[in-house]
Amino acid sequence: MKASSLSVRDLVAGYGPTIIVEDIAFDVAPGQCVAVLGRNGMGKTTLMASLAGLTRHVGGSIALDDAPIHTLPTSERARAGMGYVPQTRDIFPTLTVAENLFVGLKGRPAADLAEAYELFPRLAERRGNLGGQLSGGEQQMLSTARTLLGKPSLLLLDEPLEGLAPVICQELMAALARLVATGETTVLLVEQRVASALEVADHVICIERGSLVWQGSCTEWRADPTLAERYLGVSALT
Amino acid sequence: MKSPLASDLTGIAVVLVLAVGGFILFPDNLAFLAGMMAVILLVVSLDLVSGVCGVASLGQAALFGAGAYGAGIAAANGLGDPLLLLGIGLVAGAVAGLATGAIILRAHGLPQLVLSIALVELAHEAVNKASFITGGSDGLTGIRISPLLGVFAFDLWGVTAYWLSVAVVVVVLVVLRRLVRAPFGMLCRGLRQSPVRVASLGQRAYPVALKMYVIAGGVAGLGGALRAISTQVVGLDSVSFTLSAEALVMLIVGGTGTIFGAATGAFVFEWMEHIVSVANPFHWLAIVGALLIAVVLFAPHGLYGSTARWLHERRMRAPRADE
Repeated sequence: MKASSLSVRDLVAGYGPTIIVEDIAFDVAPGQCVAVLGRNGMGKTTLMASLAGLTRHVGGSIALDDAPIHTLPTSERARAGMGYVPQTRDIFPTLTVAENLFVGLKGRPAADLAEAYELFPRLAERRGNLGGQLSGGEQQMLSTARTLLGKPSLLLLDEPLEGLAPVICQELMAALARLVATGETTVLLVEQRVASALEVADHVICIERGSLVWQGSCTEWRADPTLAERYLGVSALT
Repeated sequence: MKSPLASDLTGIAVVLVLAVGGFILFPDNLAFLAGMMAVILLVVSLDLVSGVCGVASLGQAALFGAGAYGAGIAAANGLGDPLLLLGIGLVAGAVAGLATGAIILRAHGLPQLVLSIALVELAHEAVNKASFITGGSDGLTGIRISPLLGVFAFDLWGVTAYWLSVAVVVVVLVVLRRLVRAPFGMLCRGLRQSPVRVASLGQRAYPVALKMYVIAGGVAGLGGALRAISTQVVGLDSVSFTLSAEALVMLIVGGTGTIFGAATGAFVFEWMEHIVSVANPFHWLAIVGALLIAVVLFAPHGLYGSTARWLHERRMRAPRADE
């Protein structure tokens, strides 16, 4: 599947009566990798969940390749090409690794599981293990690989490195870099480890208190060290 | 790790050994054993719905009853071929599964449970009121079953009904074990754990669960038809809340989500009920209650589920030949 463009206009969403993200607007070009940055609790995860259709949509629009998808349920958005890897990973703990991956194939032949094992060789070694028996890093690989098997044209990755050992982080980011380099998938990446995110991203959007407060290229972000201090409360090199 | 195929073959071998053993050791109880196998199908169908898909149900007897009355009414009206009656039971159960599942699956958790109870009570009352066709509280009689394949007559001792029941149960167990491991079964198991995740993978939860509910209806209906064929009478108890609740108890006793666990639970519960109720007709329910408490406390995954886990862990701990 070819990479999709994403267009978000005046998005307002939340949970129940509570509005979390407000008037967010940005565009992502096909094949682009965008890092979504911001402090904890600023609405990054809610933004991702809203794009995936898991929150209450209050207003605004979301378009994938210019086709509006904000009225569609989660399953239809996934069918339209959106792949979502949540912060909670959400693997199926009582299914084996192979079965977890199989569910993500969306009708493609079982032989295509090899793609997942090629991306994350560690999963091949663990294919007979239950999802619940995997380490946090392996669960993250499984969740990511399962979503990628569905050939998403837009991949939403929510804090894939959270709580992982450095060696696993390297492995995951290397796989993500390979994926981004192919240009076959547009990626929206929420990540607290800014330096790692900037290694693969070519564009940055910054969220504060549910609103988009800055967007620009990674070069612009790096060129202005005050941005990281202002919006993340950290040094630019973190 | 033991392969799924090996587990299936072992399980089926155990069922066949028990079937042959039951035939040899208890020739006077074949009718009871045939009835037990009908209940096994009911509990297995509940396992598909609750154990595999995570749908709360206390109304599975509505589907069992649909099969029993479907086959029973057909037989009472001249359609006596047992294989045809099994087919009628299967279809009646599946249609009942579609009708009730379409309602039950709209809710979740406790409301879902209440809906399932309401539906089985409604079905019970409908069958009771339609006495002109169902026999009402007197039960449906006048069922005449033709010889199986034109050769094996359904005798008083229940030999034909017994072997027909064994064959049906074995076929159903084989098919369902494969179904649960197939991509559709994986999706259903995923649904039990996280419907949101399944939706994120591009699958709508409702149609997937409804499809499984219809399949479970077919299995329960098959069980109902088997009971109608083997006892040649269908009573209101076939479509009762009590039977639904007992099926859930049997499922908990055996263990959920494995199919074999459901069969084990039904076998153990029915057998205990048979033995204990004869030994102590007044307090047998107390003994069954004690069994349930013991299972929940000491084998929380059910008799089959806990044993399978214990064997798996033992295999994992055992030193391998290459070490």
